[in-house]
Amino acid sequence: MLELRHVSKSYGDRRILDGVSLTVRRGEYVAIVGESGVGKSTLLNLIAGLDVPDSGELLLEATDLARLDEEARTRVRRSRMGFVFQAFHLLPHLSVARNVALPLALNGRAGAEADRRVHELLEAVGLADRADSLPRELSGGEMQRIAVARALAHRPAVVLADEPTGNLDPDNAATIRDVLRAQIKRDDAAGILVTHSATAAASTDRVYELTRAGLTLRS
Amino acid sequence: MTATATVTMARRSTFRARQAVLDAAVVGPLRQAPGRTLLAVLAIALGVALGFSVYLINRVAADEVQGASRSLFGLADLAVRAPGAGFDEALFPRVAQVPGVAVASPIVELQVRLPGRERNLQLIGIDPFRAFRLQPALAEAGRGARREGQGLLAPNSLWLSPAAAQALDLEVGEDLDVQVALDRVTFEVAGILPPGAYRQPVGLLDIGEAQWRLRRLGRLDRIDLRLEPRADRAAVRAAIEELLPPGVQVVTPGEATDDAVRLTRAYRSNLTALALVALFTGAFLVFATQSLAVARRRREIALLHAMGMTVREQLGASLLAGTIVGVLGAALGVVLGALVARAGLAAFGADLGAGYFRGPASSQLDIGASEYLVFFLLGVAAALVATYGPAREAASVPAAAALKAGDEAPIAARRHGWTAAGFFVAGMVALALPPLEGVALPGYVSIACLLLGAVLLTPSLAAWIFTRVLRPEGAAWRQIAVAQLRGTARRATVSIAAVLVSFSLMVAMAIMVFSFRMSLEAWMERILPADLYVRAGSAAPGAYLDPAAQSTIETLGGVARVHFVRFVDVVLPGHRLPLTIIARPIEETTAERILPIRRSDPRPPPADTLPVWASEAALDLRGFDVGQVIELPLGGRVVRASVRGLWRDYERPGGAIVMDRARFIELTGDRNATTAALWLQGGVEPEAVGDVLRDALQRSGDYDVAQPGVIRQKSLALFDRTFAVTYLLEAVAVLIGLFGISASTSSQVLARRGEFGMLRHLGVTRSEIGRMLAFEGAALGAIGGAAGLGVGAVISLILIFVVNRQSFHWSMDVHVPWLGLAALSAILVVAAAGTAAFSGRRAMGDDVVRAVKEDW
Repeated sequence: MLELRHVSKSYGDRRILDGVSLTVRRGEYVAIVGESGVGKSTLLNLIAGLDVPDSGELLLEATDLARLDEEARTRVRRSRMGFVFQAFHLLPHLSVARNVALPLALNGRAGAEADRRVHELLEAVGLADRADSLPRELSGGEMQRIAVARALAHRPAVVLADEPTGNLDPDNAATIRDVLRAQIKRDDAAGILVTHSATAAASTDRVYELTRAGLTLRS
Repeated sequence: MTATATVTMARRSTFRARQAVLDAAVVGPLRQAPGRTLLAVLAIALGVALGFSVYLINRVAADEVQGASRSLFGLADLAVRAPGAGFDEALFPRVAQVPGVAVASPIVELQVRLPGRERNLQLIGIDPFRAFRLQPALAEAGRGARREGQGLLAPNSLWLSPAAAQALDLEVGEDLDVQVALDRVTFEVAGILPPGAYRQPVGLLDIGEAQWRLRRLGRLDRIDLRLEPRADRAAVRAAIEELLPPGVQVVTPGEATDDAVRLTRAYRSNLTALALVALFTGAFLVFATQSLAVARRRREIALLHAMGMTVREQLGASLLAGTIVGVLGAALGVVLGALVARAGLAAFGADLGAGYFRGPASSQLDIGASEYLVFFLLGVAAALVATYGPAREAASVPAAAALKAGDEAPIAARRHGWTAAGFFVAGMVALALPPLEGVALPGYVSIACLLLGAVLLTPSLAAWIFTRVLRPEGAAWRQIAVAQLRGTARRATVSIAAVLVSFSLMVAMAIMVFSFRMSLEAWMERILPADLYVRAGSAAPGAYLDPAAQSTIETLGGVARVHFVRFVDVVLPGHRLPLTIIARPIEETTAERILPIRRSDPRPPPADTLPVWASEAALDLRGFDVGQVIELPLGGRVVRASVRGLWRDYERPGGAIVMDRARFIELTGDRNATTAALWLQGGVEPEAVGDVLRDALQRSGDYDVAQPGVIRQKSLALFDRTFAVTYLLEAVAVLIGLFGISASTSSQVLARRGEFGMLRHLGVTRSEIGRMLAFEGAALGAIGGAAGLGVGAVISLILIFVVNRQSFHWSMDVHVPWLGLAALSAILVVAAAGTAAFSGRRAMGDDVVRAVKEDW
């Protein structure tokens, strides 16, 4: 599904990632933890195809993202990846339902089927009754549940979550952890969670630690 | 530590704290976007500079006219005058003997053509012994001349004013040819007058010499009068008025000066209106930049609120930032304005080359401190007014909401429908008001009200279009763009208003100029029906076709018929501005064919009246309406005339009436003509007749022979040159409108960095983001453009039917340049799309990808 083989990345003279390898299969949910500045965001950007490695392979369903041009990587991201951000990043002027439907629209899917999918996800995150609300009418926890629904709307192969509970209180954080895990498992996606939180990391199947020395599996 | 030291430290600490707050809330934001701050400063500077320079040039123009007019009269208290034909010199002794008159100085005054020089010169014939007592500077010159062994005004000689000597590049001893009828008359330059004598270019000669050589025997044009010190001016004036024949009047030098200034008032007031538009534009740019600064700094402002900065302090900080922009811009503006005024006066003169004022502009421009101060304060005030709205918005930023992740600026646009309706009503009321002192001020007020009303209506218009017309359908980027437009209607309305104002002014000018040009072309077609025209010099009454020249023209081979036309100025009782009499062959049955008639009287004329046709300016200025019986002073008596029709005239803003030349000769005895219109026999080439005419006339003076096509071409070329500057202004106006879109997009991109970053994560390509921004820009441009077309069309009607009519007394038919407007609209929409995409290029860069992590 998603495989990183000896991926390295430097910015100028500064080596950020050095020979990182990682494999995540469908239905697997893994966490990457590490101190600030060790390259978690760089790794996430490489996986997302927002940046390219200096060396190594980055295979998504047998396609090496590193060999694609930016346009092609963008198309892959659009159709095969979903994102959850720490700061939600919902479009403020779109309703909740339209925010969730955005990845479907980007992939040219609209109509009854798309509406069904949006409703199903809103039901799953417990916000079906807020479909017509605007993001500013929601609480932080609700906004992040919508962001989770949006990340999964187009049934991506990979879901990338970057500190999704970083802005939330413990109760809401727990809800998001549960919803994210449940939806990834339900859609048989490969989930990667980047976090500082040990509690959040504990909700995943495996935890990797990124250090200057590389990426290692925590026992 | 002493108490004093403690107080000093406390003061220092307070000072530093204030400095820090000032830096965070006032200076910091200005420094944060130095480009935009500089633009706002320059916008105010340019507005103030244009306003100040136009004011200064206008002031110099008025001073020039007043000074020149005043210098003509010297120490005179009253003047008896009759523009045009003048009056019998027998009147002089009768006026001079009126009790209370101390000095009476007879004057012959004639504007003559200078052959070979393409210019005219005013010649003044004086009685030296009398004139010296009214013009002390002449006495000084006379004494100098006598020391050199010659009289001031020797035969065949004249003296030039310094302005004339400079303009004609002549020195003492050189010859100057002037034209009388179609003949050259040569004078020797006997001397240059002292600077105090006359400010404008004039030639001074002895009155007897003038009467003889200028063919004005027995005629006078003016008598300058100095009254006894204790004389009752009103009584003396009344006594003189009783002696005067029709067409001759008494004026004070002040009245004559007012008349001279009034002649150019419409031109100057239009320039002032232009300057005000510039200042308004500057203020708008400040408004746009400050609005965008508020949008950009929303969270920053919220943080300051959260840290304890009060609403009042925030309002004060924003206004202080606006004041800084205003002070810098206004200071730069007054300096620039003074420089531009000096350069403009040096290069073009006080009328900026429009030909309204004779003589060189004064190179000395003294600017008072109060003048600098007024325009400086005007600039600061414009900046403050423009800042107030955004400042209030900044002060009302809700701290809690703005600091929350995912917050956006307020979405709904404020509606001002009733206020807009109020402005529209005020605009309509202003339209019904008459001009003030000949200035179309109510017309301009009406345009300003219409623009303000339209701007205030923009939020409602935008909201209606965003909800009813633009649907969030189609490609995802289009859905996002529509949602964005709907969601940020208030910000969108600023962009729309910018386009609306600039484009409506452009449309209004385009329609007005096109209508004027088409009307002018049609008018020239009508008034130039002959095959060939001969003109002795209509602007110089001294040049004319005398009877001998007329009979030569009439008997030329190849000429089927000739119409001779005479232009003469007369003054009517109760009016000081002269009215032009155009004497030409015309009858009731031919009038419609000869003149561009607007209205005529179908009833037969009253018995014993002279049929005349009045120009629209004569109606506007003197109330000569169709069917009315008026009294005309002609040939020293009053003639009852009936206005048979009203015609369009673009040549004489003071008004004109047309009458039959045979009746004119009968009444005045004036057989001279100013122009001749020649109809040629079939197959005869106009060029050939022109050559034959020159051979046949054998006269030494200058005259113009031209075909109507050439005259039309020259006139239209002059028209296009005159209005060329308006095209430049239109382009500038639209650039300002596009700046509104550019500034809005730039700030939106800054405010929406996280959104664009998220979209890039979700797989939206750079080009789709570009398309999204271009769509938003195109939508704003299209809405502003469509509204601008409507508002511009209405403004053009106000310009055509009110402002032009009241300022210059020109009517014109409405012609809409459909193709041009369609092309301009398309260019506007494309430019708006391009501007938005270009201004938002940062949204397509890699920075926004990282912006998803920039949240608080």
